[in-house]
Amino acid sequence: MAKIHFIDHSGEKRTVEIENGATVMEGAIRNAIPGIEAECGGACACATCHVYVDEAWREKVGAPSPMEEDMLDFGFDVRPNSRLSCQIKVTDDLDGLVVSTPERQA
Amino acid sequence: MSEAIKTDVLIIGAGPCGLFAVFELGLLDMKVHLVDILDKIGGQCAELYPEKPIYDIPGIPFVTGQGLTDQLLEQIKPFGPSFHLNEMVESIEKIGDPLFRVKTDAGKEFEAKVVVISAGGGSFQPKRPPVPGIEAYEGTSVFYAVRKMEQFRDKNILIVGGGDSALDWTLNLHPIAKRITLLHRRDDFRAAPHSVEQMRTLVADGKMDLRIGQVTGLEGAEGQLSGAALKGNDNAMSTIACDTMLPFFGLTMKLGPVANWGVALENNLVPVDTAAFETNVSGIFAIGDINTYPGKLKLILSGFHEGALMAQKAHRYVYPDKRLVFQYTTSSSSLQKKLGVN
Repeated sequence: MAKIHFIDHSGEKRTVEIENGATVMEGAIRNAIPGIEAECGGACACATCHVYVDEAWREKVGAPSPMEEDMLDFGFDVRPNSRLSCQIKVTDDLDGLVVSTPERQA
Repeated sequence: MSEAIKTDVLIIGAGPCGLFAVFELGLLDMKVHLVDILDKIGGQCAELYPEKPIYDIPGIPFVTGQGLTDQLLEQIKPFGPSFHLNEMVESIEKIGDPLFRVKTDAGKEFEAKVVVISAGGGSFQPKRPPVPGIEAYEGTSVFYAVRKMEQFRDKNILIVGGGDSALDWTLNLHPIAKRITLLHRRDDFRAAPHSVEQMRTLVADGKMDLRIGQVTGLEGAEGQLSGAALKGNDNAMSTIACDTMLPFFGLTMKLGPVANWGVALENNLVPVDTAAFETNVSGIFAIGDINTYPGKLKLILSGFHEGALMAQKAHRYVYPDKRLVFQYTTSSSSLQKKLGVN
């Protein structure tokens, strides 16, 4: 179980608890976090669950896989700390993770 | 305008639910034409996740999106459906009771006794990059597809993206364009390695430009582009002179013209009854992800069920004088004959 903080484009913060093994995207969708669309349902096939990982967490969260990098090409305003939240699996280590959502998805 | 294609049923959307509907309609002797905006059959299964697994098709523990599409095509083969790909239905007009005139953006016209909307999340359309003011240049300087190459002769073209579309058009337009600049957010391309190699050779020979970064703004006036502002990965700003921009950012699902088809909508979905999955317009049905009703689940298996019930009611419109006797494929010799197995 980990507390994950989502900061939307206007700066509003929402916090949800996500169980280990689920993805950050799944936790966001289950809790109706705005700014995450996940059009493809978590198949790493659409880039509509794009988030920016807080700088303090980048190392722990890690870098995107080559397949995820390819999908990120379809994202908008992609930055060095961009990830697809469907590819971040929650573990105890990620308790307190802060991600922000872009101005818009696809 | 060529003559209208007459059919019992016109299905809009060739995803899994549209395909299985062909089977259920075929068992009841109804002929089907399908229209889909994609250039391939299979809808989201083929476009979004051809290689990804599906685990919840009854009786099939594991299948990929493409695998399911292929199996469905095999299953409906006996019924000989006709596919009209790369076409989008623009309008549906009621001309009889029930009879519909359906027109596509390719100028094709159908006359169908029954229309089935199985359009999933809507139509796949090119993604618009989040560049402020880009709308003002669309259709004059910014294009999301190349329909006629000649249009781009002697142009100063900026192509944005790193996939096959971006690379293919870079290579194809290069001989006729004045100058081509390819812009991608990283120096790594998901396009076919052979095309990437060709592009790199052209760059090395000074015949085109490759830039790394993202477009942040456009310059120009009255729809005529003169340049694009570029933010490099080092955050340095620069300008790329161009009179034409071709962004290739993949496809996204948009509801599209469904809103103009005369059926009621509720939160971008089509409300239907759960006895026949018919819309508020008699003779127009909606099945699969695009419909809504109390308890709706967006599952492929739900769409299959919806198609089976839809076919029962459709039969009444197509064969008003025939009584429908319910039969099983396992035991009915007449159904087996239609399937070509007896």
